[in-house]
Amino acid sequence: MRTVVPVVERVVETPSTITLRFDDPRTARPGQFVMLWIPGDDELPMSLAYVGARKGVTVKAMGSTSRHILDIPVGAPVGIRGPYGTSFDVSPGRILLVGGGSGTAVLAPAAEAALANGSTVTAALGATTRAELLFEQRLRSAGASIAIATDDGSAGERGYVTKLVEGLLAENEFDVVWTCGPEVMMQKVIAAARPKHVEVVCSVERHMKCALGMCDACSLGPYHVCVDGPVFPADRIASLPEFGRSKRAPSGRSVPA
Amino acid sequence: MTVAAVEVELAGIRLRNPFLLASGIWGESGESLKGAFDAGAGGVITKSIGAEPRDGYPNPTIEAYDTWGMLNAMGLPNPGIEEYPREIAVALSAGVPTIGSVFAGDADSFADVAKRMAATGVLALELNLSCPHAKGLGSEVGSDPAEVERVVRAVVCAVSVPVIAKITPNTADPVALGLAAERGGAAAISAINTLRALAIDLTLRRPVLAHGLGGLSGAAIKPVGVAIVWQLYEALRIPIVGVGGIRTADDAIEYALAGARAVEVGTAVAFGGIGVFGRLASELPLRLDALGFSSWAAAVGAAHPRSASAGRTA
Repeated sequence: MRTVVPVVERVVETPSTITLRFDDPRTARPGQFVMLWIPGDDELPMSLAYVGARKGVTVKAMGSTSRHILDIPVGAPVGIRGPYGTSFDVSPGRILLVGGGSGTAVLAPAAEAALANGSTVTAALGATTRAELLFEQRLRSAGASIAIATDDGSAGERGYVTKLVEGLLAENEFDVVWTCGPEVMMQKVIAAARPKHVEVVCSVERHMKCALGMCDACSLGPYHVCVDGPVFPADRIASLPEFGRSKRAPSGRSVPA
Repeated sequence: MTVAAVEVELAGIRLRNPFLLASGIWGESGESLKGAFDAGAGGVITKSIGAEPRDGYPNPTIEAYDTWGMLNAMGLPNPGIEEYPREIAVALSAGVPTIGSVFAGDADSFADVAKRMAATGVLALELNLSCPHAKGLGSEVGSDPAEVERVVRAVVCAVSVPVIAKITPNTADPVALGLAAERGGAAAISAINTLRALAIDLTLRRPVLAHGLGGLSGAAIKPVGVAIVWQLYEALRIPIVGVGGIRTADDAIEYALAGARAVEVGTAVAFGGIGVFGRLASELPLRLDALGFSSWAAAVGAAHPRSASAGRTA
């Protein structure tokens, strides 16, 4: 069912990223997404960055609609369908979290839930530059240890977050790696964890229309990201020819990822 | 104990059961077509394919009501007939009985897309003469019996595979459309496509779907589909494929009694997952047995007075 609710908070997270908060009593699990309707514009799948009764989505300016979302003021009505999809298993464990850019948004509520359950969480965060680091403080306050990489070296290590991951995997024992970000990044994370036999769980993004497992817009190999995902064990998707290489355009054409 | 046979032959195509994946559902990728067959469908119908890639309408394209229905205005998104054969190849090479759905704006362009679709090796074509929300396409072409006859004849002349015409319910006289398609040489008729419908958000005071008008599918439209199949069966000699609101084996049998030789399933996938095909396929023989039918074929048209079905080829 769709509900229309006002935006109750708008938080500027980074120069290119904002969080919109809205009240919605439906139960959601970390990793799930909602279809966010901007009346008059479009409806987009958005992973929940906050999963409680006051939910939130964290949006990065990418396409024209997500740029438009950045201008939505407090009080503006938005439509919400969902929550939909699979979630992270937040039972206790030693968790390595690898977030690239706005990919960290979906990992943050999972980390909070896992930490509340007695897990240890190490968060490796990657961004283009210091100002674009997302939820560093939020994760730190929740009790995660933080490692940072930026493309320009303005915070943490200079370079890609995947370089940090190799070191973290070499020096620590983890039960699972949770990752969300560009698929080439997630592929590198999967490759780094494989020799250590550490399970990797990915949150994947595709263009969506129905979000009900019907229209096929989000097909990824034999899966539909809206119902079989967006959270997948890496061993189900890592070897798919599309993963990291192609996605479906709104027409259904296969285009480079 | 007997087990009712559920194999069916439709326009020369042999199907292991009468349940076809409806066009527009799971049909964008070849792997999905294969997935629907693996889940238990008797055969699959592709997404409606046109001459060029089409993005379809912006979201929202769907409004789902509890479990009784769904409104959609997708806007015929498709990768275009240039790209799509590679998806069909995936399904055909896996042995999936595949019917290619096509749309176009007039008889000549229909024939052109149909020829290219037929060249992929699909077993039959389904002509989308019934999408209720695409300007100059679908039901805007398919509401005029003379145009339906022209389109079907042009396609039948252009291809050597059987041609199924999917007609619209959004007309005063669907039977006239069925008769026109039969005159044009259609091997079968599928009925119905969605019913034109609208949802308005009360808070926003605006239509929910980006396109405004959409098409209603799901359980709510089943009695409409059954009625139109019934009327078509009385008037036509060619077989009929029933579509609209089928969720259970009993729904399918009701369509069979009205005259449907096969049925399409679509919206039930959104509410029940693709596993609905496996459930339907395993329920059907049991329900046919319980109702005293020796086979699916024996149920086809069985609710009609004997005189109406006498002499039919279907």
